[in-house]
Amino acid sequence: MSTLAEPLSPAEAIAAPSLQDAIQFVWAEADILDRLDYKAWLPLWTADGRYVIPTERGLAAYDDSLNIVNDGAEMRQARVKRLLSGFSMSSAPPARTVRTVSRFVPVTVDGNAITLRAAMILVEYKYERMRTLAGDVVYRIVATRDGLRLDQKIVTLVNCDDYQHGIGYLL
Amino acid sequence: MSTDFATLVQDDRVLTPMYTDESIFEEEMERIFKNTWVWVAHASDLPTGNTFKTSYVGRERVIVTRDKQGKIHTLLNRCRHRAATICEKRKGKASVFVCPYHGWSYDVDGGLRKVPHLAGYGEGLDQAELGLVSLRTEEYNGMIFATYRDDIEPLFDFLGSARKWIDLFMKQGGGYGVKTLGEHRFRFPGNWKIQLENTTDAYHFPIVHKTFLDSLDAESENVFDVLGQGGWVEDLGNGHSVMVMIPSLIDLDDNLDAPIPERFKELAAELVAEGLPDDQVRKVVRAVGGSGFNLNLFPNVACSMAFFRVLRPVEVDETEITHVAIGMDGGPVPANRMRLRLHEHFQGPMGFGTPDDAEGWERVQRGANAGEDLWIMVNRGVDAPEGVAAPGHNAGDVSAETGMRAAYQMWKRMMTA
Repeated sequence: MSTLAEPLSPAEAIAAPSLQDAIQFVWAEADILDRLDYKAWLPLWTADGRYVIPTERGLAAYDDSLNIVNDGAEMRQARVKRLLSGFSMSSAPPARTVRTVSRFVPVTVDGNAITLRAAMILVEYKYERMRTLAGDVVYRIVATRDGLRLDQKIVTLVNCDDYQHGIGYLL
Repeated sequence: MSTDFATLVQDDRVLTPMYTDESIFEEEMERIFKNTWVWVAHASDLPTGNTFKTSYVGRERVIVTRDKQGKIHTLLNRCRHRAATICEKRKGKASVFVCPYHGWSYDVDGGLRKVPHLAGYGEGLDQAELGLVSLRTEEYNGMIFATYRDDIEPLFDFLGSARKWIDLFMKQGGGYGVKTLGEHRFRFPGNWKIQLENTTDAYHFPIVHKTFLDSLDAESENVFDVLGQGGWVEDLGNGHSVMVMIPSLIDLDDNLDAPIPERFKELAAELVAEGLPDDQVRKVVRAVGGSGFNLNLFPNVACSMAFFRVLRPVEVDETEITHVAIGMDGGPVPANRMRLRLHEHFQGPMGFGTPDDAEGWERVQRGANAGEDLWIMVNRGVDAPEGVAAPGHNAGDVSAETGMRAAYQMWKRMMTA
């Protein structure tokens, strides 16, 4: 991707994903989430990957603030188990969702990782009612020998510091 | 208003229009929310002079401020000129509030400071009479309440037997004092009293929150076996009640010698590494785990295990809930981080608990659209274990609906006054 300052990699090192590959990865993830294929979602992550949905805009760090979600691998796994268990009334069944992710902007390339930001618009449907959620999403995607992996996903809802309704699926 | 409110509430049941009738809701906003103490803020939301937080009393917007002398004020968020809100920020610092419409400015205590182009009023503007409307405001152990009524009992008396439980709850400050750390807000399409009931409802916990329980380690899952530990529900008067689910976590200063639970061992090690002495480590760790009871204060706030739960009626079938995370003011960073992560685990729009609560409450409202002549039953309850409740208080076992009955009797008292 010519707009990015892509460092030259030694022959053995893995190059960062191209913007186009990263975008396709993001679309594939969005599709997995809309299809509730959460078992396929878990292996998309790196071991240290962080999934964050903050309650404030413009934070530099998240661990000392209250978030809607601030998950490492263990919490992601527990979350998926809960959503698929059939015993959570907000997710059995969950709202149906259709989301699009677009307005991609490359932010940085660092070693084997690309960071990009994007807009997500999601429509959910349950109980004769449609709701729209919108958010800015930052993705850090790394290239590994086994393919692309999600290392960070920060979903900042447009109204993150205001009220939400219960959300029985993944953003 | 022709409704005979007394007929809607019997000792052990309430009639369905309590959830669904708009005219009843309108009357509640007047007869209850304008006639009692309503929680508006925690003292740590206003840490220094010239700080503020916006809040609500019933459906009306207020600004809670702390002036330079430290006095707290609750001011209607409405310019006395032509009614514009004068503050739309959640919280912050301000030494003056200026209306953006015509520039009238107000002091932190609500006094009218300056009116642009005053000459246009000739002699006809009594500035002393045109301060922001200021509500009576009182504080107990960091909990700040406001009321429209100058002639009702002091907050101290209104809280009465609940004060003891507020004091116990605040031991979560771990010796540092309690500080708010952030909040989750969410709404559900349902009546506010459905939420009021829920804070004193242990009966739903193992059913609705099965997936939360399944996400815990075995030791913690036993701690959260809320129906199996000899807890109780106790009527504290004035619509307030306490539901004790984990009796061993009533007084956090007790049992400090007990072994540190598995899930807090990593935190304890971090605190030791930070140089905290053993007794302090134990105190902080126990505080991080939270209290074992829900204190429900009529009509709009609860001290619920490890957080404040604030309800705000929006419409007859729309309610906003704020779950305020709390921690230790100036306490160890790893301890407050763990408080935040524990809060996120259960609470909030994507927590492992809250969405299922919200869904359940919505289902109540949907169901209540059928059968307006049917009763909502709150008659559950067998005797509390011997010797746990204060003498003279109504009490039942932990799954009893004693707390709901207490709240509805207060509702009846206020609605028929």
